[in-house]
Amino acid sequence: MHIPDGYLGPATSVATYGVMLPIWLAASKIVKKTLKARQVPLLAIGAAFSFVIMMFNIPIPGGTTGHAVGAVLIAILLGPWAGCIAVTVALVVQALLFGDGGITAIGANCFNMAFIEVFSGYYIYKIISARSKVNSTRRIVAAGIAGYIGLNIAALTTAILFGIQPLIYKTVNGQTLYCPYGLNVAIPVMLGEHLLIFGWVEAIITALVVKYLQKQDPALLRSERIAK
Amino acid sequence: MKTVTKLWIGIVILAVLSPIGILIPQFFKAGDAWGEWGLDTLRGMVGYVPKGIAKISQVWKAPMPDYAIEGSSEKGLFTLSFSYIFSALTGILIVATFAFLLAKSLSKKEKKKPL
Repeated sequence: MHIPDGYLGPATSVATYGVMLPIWLAASKIVKKTLKARQVPLLAIGAAFSFVIMMFNIPIPGGTTGHAVGAVLIAILLGPWAGCIAVTVALVVQALLFGDGGITAIGANCFNMAFIEVFSGYYIYKIISARSKVNSTRRIVAAGIAGYIGLNIAALTTAILFGIQPLIYKTVNGQTLYCPYGLNVAIPVMLGEHLLIFGWVEAIITALVVKYLQKQDPALLRSERIAK
Repeated sequence: MKTVTKLWIGIVILAVLSPIGILIPQFFKAGDAWGEWGLDTLRGMVGYVPKGIAKISQVWKAPMPDYAIEGSSEKGLFTLSFSYIFSALTGILIVATFAFLLAKSLSKKEKKKPL
């Protein structure tokens, strides 16, 4: 889901940075107001978790690979704004140091994984787990469903960014300038593989960690109320 | 043991296990993620390298591309796995430090509430 350099034309790169800039500013303002000192180590762990879980490539035999992102889990524990910051840090280091995702696509990749997935997953979790006890099974199910849907919505927005490139930039001599595949290919492939496989991995990871924390340290599952 | 300590141990275990994220795809002959192809793969797929991709893909040279130490991919699965773990640990250290400092600079000091 990490869009590399070159697959997006300049207009899309600039526009996605333009969309993320106010989101990053809002996130730092809100986190400044709400993040407690004792949540700081947890934000660092969340960012590190997201970084390393993305290294677990999962194969579609004979085809492509994909991975979980862990963004919904961080949002459940720290709220969406802190979650946005944590996943952004992971994505920036991946792009700069490891060439995973382009530097011209940091805006786009953060939009998909640090904004769309974080916020959609967070609110789905909130709705499903509303008024449930902190140690209830409903919380685990809510986490799984939120992880599954969150990752899939992010896959869809990623596919849309890929797929609109042939629409924005006219082909020259039958050759595209940027991503060569349109929406008719990008959406079914990206969404299909995430609906079939990668989404389930995100769901299981998110649900299992929530289940573990219910036993280990249920206070963590309450604390996000503070960091809304 | 504090939860934070346990979670850190979990992260390090994930880093050590991370090579399964390259070995299993290799076993199942699964290639790049969709939309993340290199120039050669792209030429094979669509018959040409789109001009914009050829140009913009060169703007940044990452020091450890594909989570590998330079040259490790030609030296067999063991070296490849080792260099993947090394990348994971390096990345975790940098991501966590950066996130920690950023969060610390943003967070407010907690006032002790009287009981």
